Amino acid sequence: MPTTHATTPAAKAAAGAVSTRSGTQIRLTDVSKDFGLPEPAVDNISLTIEPGEFMTLLGPSGSGKTTTLNLIAGFETLTTGSILFNGGDVSSLPPHKRNLGMLFQNYALFPHLTVAQNVAYPLRERKLPKAEIAEKVGQVLELVQLTGRDSHYPSQLSGGQQQRVALARAIVFDPNALLLDEPLGALDRNLRGTLQQEIQRIHRELGSTFVFVTHDQEEAMHLSDRIALFNKGRLEQVGTPEALYAAPETLFTARFLGDSNVFDIADSGGATSGSAVAWEDRTLSVEAGTVSPRVAAGASAALVVRPEDVRIATTPDAVPAGANHVSATVRQLDYLGSYRTAVLALGGGGTVGRARLAPQEDDLRVGQAVTAWWHVGRQCVVAV
Amino acid sequence: MTLHPTQSSPVGERPVTAPPSKSPPVTRRIRRRVRGVDPIPWWLKLFVALVAVYLILPTVFVIPMSFGSTRSFAFPPKNLTFDLYRNFFSDERWLTSLQNSVVVGLLAALIATVVGTAAAVGLHHLRGKPAQIIRALLMVPLVAPAIVIAVAVYISFLKWHLVGTLQGYVLAHAAIAVPFVLVAVTSSLSNFDSNLLRASASLGASPSRTFRRVTMPLIGKGILSGAVFAFVTSFDEVVIALFLRDPTFQTMPVQMYNSVTYEIDPTMAAASSLVVVVVTVVCLGLQLLGSRTKKR
Amino acid sequence: MTAWIKRQRLSPLWLLLLPALGLLTAILLIPLAQSFVRSIGESAWTSQHYENLFTDGVTLTVLWRTAWISAVVTVVTLACGYPYAYLMTRVGPRMRGLLLVLVLIPFWTSVMARNFAWILILQRDGPVDDFFGVVFYGTATGVTIAMSQVLLPFMVLPLYSALSGIDRRLLLAARGLGSHPVKAFWKVYWPLSRGGVVAGVILVFTLALGFYVTPALLGSPQQSLVAQLLAQRTTQLLDFAGAGALGMVVLVVTLVLVAWANRVGGKVSSLGIVPTTSAKEEE
Repeated sequence: MPTTHATTPAAKAAAGAVSTRSGTQIRLTDVSKDFGLPEPAVDNISLTIEPGEFMTLLGPSGSGKTTTLNLIAGFETLTTGSILFNGGDVSSLPPHKRNLGMLFQNYALFPHLTVAQNVAYPLRERKLPKAEIAEKVGQVLELVQLTGRDSHYPSQLSGGQQQRVALARAIVFDPNALLLDEPLGALDRNLRGTLQQEIQRIHRELGSTFVFVTHDQEEAMHLSDRIALFNKGRLEQVGTPEALYAAPETLFTARFLGDSNVFDIADSGGATSGSAVAWEDRTLSVEAGTVSPRVAAGASAALVVRPEDVRIATTPDAVPAGANHVSATVRQLDYLGSYRTAVLALGGGGTVGRARLAPQEDDLRVGQAVTAWWHVGRQCVVAV
Repeated sequence: MTLHPTQSSPVGERPVTAPPSKSPPVTRRIRRRVRGVDPIPWWLKLFVALVAVYLILPTVFVIPMSFGSTRSFAFPPKNLTFDLYRNFFSDERWLTSLQNSVVVGLLAALIATVVGTAAAVGLHHLRGKPAQIIRALLMVPLVAPAIVIAVAVYISFLKWHLVGTLQGYVLAHAAIAVPFVLVAVTSSLSNFDSNLLRASASLGASPSRTFRRVTMPLIGKGILSGAVFAFVTSFDEVVIALFLRDPTFQTMPVQMYNSVTYEIDPTMAAASSLVVVVVTVVCLGLQLLGSRTKKR
Repeated sequence: MTAWIKRQRLSPLWLLLLPALGLLTAILLIPLAQSFVRSIGESAWTSQHYENLFTDGVTLTVLWRTAWISAVVTVVTLACGYPYAYLMTRVGPRMRGLLLVLVLIPFWTSVMARNFAWILILQRDGPVDDFFGVVFYGTATGVTIAMSQVLLPFMVLPLYSALSGIDRRLLLAARGLGSHPVKAFWKVYWPLSRGGVVAGVILVFTLALGFYVTPALLGSPQQSLVAQLLAQRTTQLLDFAGAGALGMVVLVVTLVLVAWANRVGGKVSSLGIVPTTSAKEEE
């Protein structure tokens, strides 16, 4: 992940000048957007997107991720806060002066213009000489592998081809950054995979900043340098995909990225002091390093364990010393091709969990009473 | 009457194409249904044909009449001549009224198109109750009975000295033509993806450049058809025109009304045919234009 | 409301509405408002002009006659329009296009040319008189014939839009469950088409109420309709206040009925005619 802070003069970015290939830093400070609804759409967000970084804004619909993208693009005006490109304040700059490439879910190609005319559109707006426009259009169409389609109209192209044209149009003018608003949402699964690779390749080749909006956690994990997870207009957690998956700070993060076994903890006092917590009628040990800093002492919390970290023991004495364990009943066994999972009723039975079975654990049967255990270091205590 | 559809349903009791067996094989019935060969009864077709004749009867009737003689309205005309057209094009009153109608129509259409397009664009982007109320308000001239508007406008225009003036006609016709423009432009805007405006802005085009390079080319057809509808509305408007008429200023529909009620002037047949043909050609032309641009 | 204004930030888009609103206000709303003011007394409030409508012996008769003719026109257009719209849903695209063009012809035909043609067709020694020996010119029947023709599109288009949305396999299903075809139609098809029927019926009836030129040219002066009464009060009797009261009654009834039709038939209304027709044909 690139972390070098660009020192391009602020005025250059603000004037919408063509950026260098090293990418633009985008800094959001205390940004809010209030549409007059009971809850603000974006609630006091601060986020710095580093030059050349692939940042994904992830979240369920209505979580504020698209509004945030629109604020960066200038399609919406800020209620409070400021947005800086390479240190230059662009908060009051209209969208056409921000010099950002944008990709939309429905492609937003101009239906009355050909492929070449669509791609040339931003260059004509910048009053480039004709010969240069033709040259750049040719180059960028080659980059997205659409050579020879210049004179087609968008309606004559498939969805995937249309999105390639849109991509070409969004990068041909060397924008400060590329904003992608669920660009793959309308495509079928196979095509989506191909275009994901394409987007990654182009990100590598251009080295510019990409801000990608999606509600698809797999897509986010696959593409991003870092993920900013949104929930109800606020930033839930920001970090690399690995960090978000392995060390979620809140139950929302744990649940949004991957499956979790969740043990509700009524009193987290023991967790914050780094010893143990009570769950149902037993005690679960806690290591200090696995407790989220957002867990307030004494408040309720949750202990989460990923299914692949849960082991099954058929006899209680098979559990290694020091591991956390709870009694469980096998409810259901699912075969998923490369591996199998067991659905478990944990403890008194009110909590349903899931374990990914290791090859040696395949002699289970439904209804069997077992013990589920895991290493203390593999669990997290998160805020609810 | 309302029972017709059932009897022509695919499982009608006397299938025309099925063999006269009591229980046709299942496969055959299914195939008939799939191929959609289920019969439409002849009497339904006949009835609809008669309705179709009823629909076009007056339109096709005036055309042969216009080639009749100057003396009577007898149908069918005994010998075909161009006398009525000669009359039309040599009569000062007809020509003046035609000219008035064209001038009023063009000016009214111009005003209605500018004003209506602006309103349609504004309303397209505005949400909420006030916008809805304004839209409904602008549609009032379309739903309110012409006679009520005519009477109210007439009395007020008397005071404002607009009766019998070009301005009076133009303003009144522009106001009643606004809904046609509004509807036509709104419909082309609703097919218009607002992300295109955002895309254009993100690509560096200012709002005014975006309007010229994206909005206009895409909703131009809607504006044009709105303008044509506005012109035709004004050109064909009788009720308000009857109230605003003045010996010194009449439109063609008023002259036509006079020739039917007061003068019994056979030239009316030629005038009617001309109007029918011109309006039909304009409207058909618009349809063709629409289907051609759509194909691309 | 204040929150709403704040949210809109008094967007410059509102300025785009001003010319249209200005034109409409000056040319239509102010005259209508003045007409209303006259009808309730310009200096002192009076309901006299409204009471007169019910007591002068003429207005009520004319109103009932207008409603009656409008009702007959509605029935005629429904009887002609339902089979027409039904057939449109059954034929191929080319035939459907033709039927659509035919139903739109009354729109395109100039009001005066159309009424002139009806005079010629229905007059003494006209073709109808020659063939059937009846003269409809100058009668309520003649007015009904001419009005039904021009109002047919307003019946057919909402009906077509409703009927084309009905899955005809439901009829098969009803038959498969043992219903007689007539009963299957009555219990399945008709209820599903009812939205279109109600919209078309209200629309045609409402539009018929305001007809002026057709009854004035084809009807008899002894059997005038409400629009003629309104014109006569204005231009001949110069009873502006009385005309204002009558006009307000007609206007309010019309707007209420159209609002109802809009609610029942969804987007189907006379307003929709322009885009409906152009959109339909292109699809």
